[in-house]
Amino acid sequence: MPEQVKPPPVRPRVNDFVVKFANVNGSGSASANGMFARAIIRMGVPVAARNIFPSNIQGLPTWYEVRITEAGHLGRRGGVDLMVAMNPQTWDRDLAEIEAGGFLFYDSTKPMPPSRFRDDITVVGVPLTAMCNERYELPRERQLFKNIVYVGALAALLGIEVGAIQALISEDFAGRPRLIDANFEALKMGHDYVVQNLEPLRLQVRRADKVGDRIYVEGNAAAALGAVYGGATVCAWYPITPSTSLAEAFTGYCQDLRTDPETGQARYAIVQAEDEIASIGIVVGAGWNGARAFTATSGPGVSLMTEFIGLSYFAEIPAVIFDVQRGGPSTGMPTRTQQADLIASAYAGHGDTKHPMLLPADPGECFEMGALAFDLADRLQTTVFVMLDLDIGMNEWLTKPFEWDDARRLDRGKVMTHDELEAGADFGRYLDVDGDGIPYRTYPGVHPTKGAYFTRGTSRNPYARYSEEGGVYVDNMQRLLRKFETAKALMPAPVLHKAKRKTRDGAIYFGSSTGAMLEALEALEGQGRHLDALRVRGFPFADAVFQFIAAHDRVYVVEQNRDAQLRTLIVTEGEVDPGKLTPVLHYDGTPITARFIAGQIGSLMAVGSVIEAAE
Amino acid sequence: MTYITKPQLHHPGLARNALGFTRRDYEGSVSTLCAGCGHDSISAAIIQAVYELELPPHRIAKLSGIGCSSKTPDYFLGASHGFNTVHGRMPSVLTGANLANKDLIYLGVSGDGDSASIGLGQFAHAMRRGVNMLYIVENNGVYGLTKGQFSATSDKGSKSKRGVVNHDAGIDLVGMALQLGATFVGRSFSGDKEQLTPLIKAGLMHKGAAFIDCISPCVQFNNHDGSTKSFDYVREHNEAVNRLDVISPRAPIRVDYAPGETVKVAQHDGTVLSLHKLAELYNPNNRAQALGYLQARQARGQVVTGLLYVDPEAGDLHDALDTVATPLNELNEAELTPGAAALAKINAGLR
Ligand SMILES: Cc1ncc(C[n+]2csc(CCOP(=O)(O)OP(=O)(O)O)c2C)c(N)n1
Ligand code: SF4
Ligand SMILES: [Mg+2]
Repeated sequence: MPEQVKPPPVRPRVNDFVVKFANVNGSGSASANGMFARAIIRMGVPVAARNIFPSNIQGLPTWYEVRITEAGHLGRRGGVDLMVAMNPQTWDRDLAEIEAGGFLFYDSTKPMPPSRFRDDITVVGVPLTAMCNERYELPRERQLFKNIVYVGALAALLGIEVGAIQALISEDFAGRPRLIDANFEALKMGHDYVVQNLEPLRLQVRRADKVGDRIYVEGNAAAALGAVYGGATVCAWYPITPSTSLAEAFTGYCQDLRTDPETGQARYAIVQAEDEIASIGIVVGAGWNGARAFTATSGPGVSLMTEFIGLSYFAEIPAVIFDVQRGGPSTGMPTRTQQADLIASAYAGHGDTKHPMLLPADPGECFEMGALAFDLADRLQTTVFVMLDLDIGMNEWLTKPFEWDDARRLDRGKVMTHDELEAGADFGRYLDVDGDGIPYRTYPGVHPTKGAYFTRGTSRNPYARYSEEGGVYVDNMQRLLRKFETAKALMPAPVLHKAKRKTRDGAIYFGSSTGAMLEALEALEGQGRHLDALRVRGFPFADAVFQFIAAHDRVYVVEQNRDAQLRTLIVTEGEVDPGKLTPVLHYDGTPITARFIAGQIGSLMAVGSVIEAAE
Repeated sequence: MTYITKPQLHHPGLARNALGFTRRDYEGSVSTLCAGCGHDSISAAIIQAVYELELPPHRIAKLSGIGCSSKTPDYFLGASHGFNTVHGRMPSVLTGANLANKDLIYLGVSGDGDSASIGLGQFAHAMRRGVNMLYIVENNGVYGLTKGQFSATSDKGSKSKRGVVNHDAGIDLVGMALQLGATFVGRSFSGDKEQLTPLIKAGLMHKGAAFIDCISPCVQFNNHDGSTKSFDYVREHNEAVNRLDVISPRAPIRVDYAPGETVKVAQHDGTVLSLHKLAELYNPNNRAQALGYLQARQARGQVVTGLLYVDPEAGDLHDALDTVATPLNELNEAELTPGAAALAKINAGLR
């Protein structure tokens, strides 16, 4: 029997709600859920979708959260309006997560007693298993098509155009007409059931025109494409979630875009190395020899690479590391997101070292910074980090289309050529000729008698000859600091978001917190709380970051880690009074939400104004 | 001043090779190793080999890890780019360098600590990938630079200078290289220039992963009775399987070897290895037999030297990856960056 415990209330909520799918890992739900989100985008309504998945191939619970947001809020809001509860294991907690007045969609093949529900939600049951068992013979078919059946049912319940889903099915299974037909049928089965037996929900999707020319893509794929455009030819990597798909995407893009059309040969070399130490060693070797090279990894990999990263700093060898950050150590939360490798990356190495970092906020910036990183690494002759996280890297995001200016040239930095050497240029590998701390280098094999040098970590003079003299060492370290100063101006500038009213409160944030942050600022403004906000995009920090702090009385630093790592970097590098910077920290492994930020800053500001009033 | 460079004064009488270089042109800075260190003899053999091969020094890249042995690239081929990397990780850096430019000749120099302990993993993987290189381990059975600790190639039962007996089984890198798929595997002794120099020449010209384990006594910490890597021990137990000569296609054969059984092996690049067999019917083209022979001799307490195995048809990592003929570091913008039109197509596919 179809059941609908409560009748839908009258006024629907249009294009502004959160649907969460609770599934079992390995049940084939991912592609059906993805189609659900993409169909809504095809209707011109922005979505923000996030996978929350276990470190497991099959059997553990997994969630997919789709925020439908005509207003274009791409961060997480917090809370769930419709729970698609397909996993009995997590029933209780899934049920508990639904907002009061929200909806529960479940497989009603075995009807549940009312005691298993909540009074303040609407329950929608569709006998998915029964329908699939009746229609399909094979267990695998029953399982897979069940996912499409519920997508069909949800489409009818939420007003999603069936044509949009059909178009996606036809594109995804192009050339396989039998699969297309079968999926169409399953879709119709779910849709028809709802049309015949149930009412549409109070949550509705309506065609709009709010997506524009944006694309929908994962940050890892975008960064990989950035590496292709940035001229990377050597990639060495070791599999680790959540960075693996970056190296895999690079492989795919290279096959398409970097295969010599005449010979069919590769204009790239990709090595799956034996570990992260070898990965970075290969990158450093290739960089030393004049190729653009990178590795993709996560926190545990960065720790293993540390010695080499230090070497690249002292020996001044270009390298690019995409660090797709995740939670905790190896056995911690590998499939959860965090921004917790900032300090480990910024100062990786032994001895005095520091490294430029780029902090992309979405896949669009992953592409841009993915390409830029190679110019910076060559220009600065050092390791450059691109700090993604699982949220950006492994989720598809609506983002501005990728752009490339065909007039753009790769900046290979200061490389002395054969002709310059031949003409008698004075070559000192570690000589600061231009006063910017950046010396000239030569590629091995460049000239029969000139330009060769012996590369070591330190213990050498400006002409790369062995020296253990203290003064020589100090001079070199000072030059490296000058170089880091030069780096400042090359980093992408921070982005200022000015409050509508003049305010002495500020907030600093970066990376994947951006969507939630901007939404939180709106919410706070609605409460009469005004903050200027600055999005940091690179390390070393631009002077504008310190000017921003100086111009405000209190600055909230929003980040996704326990120890306020960005704040520590700001305090250390800018000699900022720590008391001025109030940490706002989210680190449970799920992406930060707008509600969390607004709640935290809201209450901190309330306390602040009470103190002010008292003073 | 704490560095020493050798004056590059050319003696008018010095012989020049076909490129016009003298032997001096292949030298490096003055060695800072202990007088009599085996490693210096290996450097001398490298210089001799490259001079005889008539290779332009700048077309060779020399890389090393950390250790007394790994310092030596500073002491030869001063006109070549060199890279003293980190302990045990030369193989990965060399692999990356090789990927960037397939046109240079890569010489990796390492020690037994560098390759058999901290770097065993990287050693293994560079061999199995078939990186086109000559990889020499200057094997003294100790950590020289950190003052005499046992290394993983020290034989079980051998005694340190302080009288400590090694209880752990020794790693034989030659056996490992054979098992891992290296396509050129030899062993020699720093004190046997006649055997070592041609072996280095052949290894440099070999396409694929070439490995030479060169026993190289440490006069400071491992040249006493009870050591199995001392000059005397190796001289007494050396069992040479062959003597070889490398004939490059450009140059006529200069050296006339004593008559004996000779086998010629043509390599990929046209060089011919001429093997003068000393041991009974040793065939260097059979990997399995090489391993068996090595172990049988080892059981008798003999150290087999010479070219143990060569696959003249070997390929390398670039063949496996099917990279373009142009070195990757020479590809230009047009070849690397697909351009705005390709990107517009990609965007369209992501909507
Ligand atoms: C990561 C690291 N650990 C330890 C050392 C210290 N160290 C320097 S050389 C060396 C051993 C070298 O032995 P080997 O490779 O046999 O070279 P040899 O000096 O005997 O030629 C060690 C342990 C180091 N440089 N780096
Ligand atoms: S300590 Fe041993 S290995 Fe090192 S230089 Fe001296 S003799 Fe050679
Ligand atoms: Mg040693």
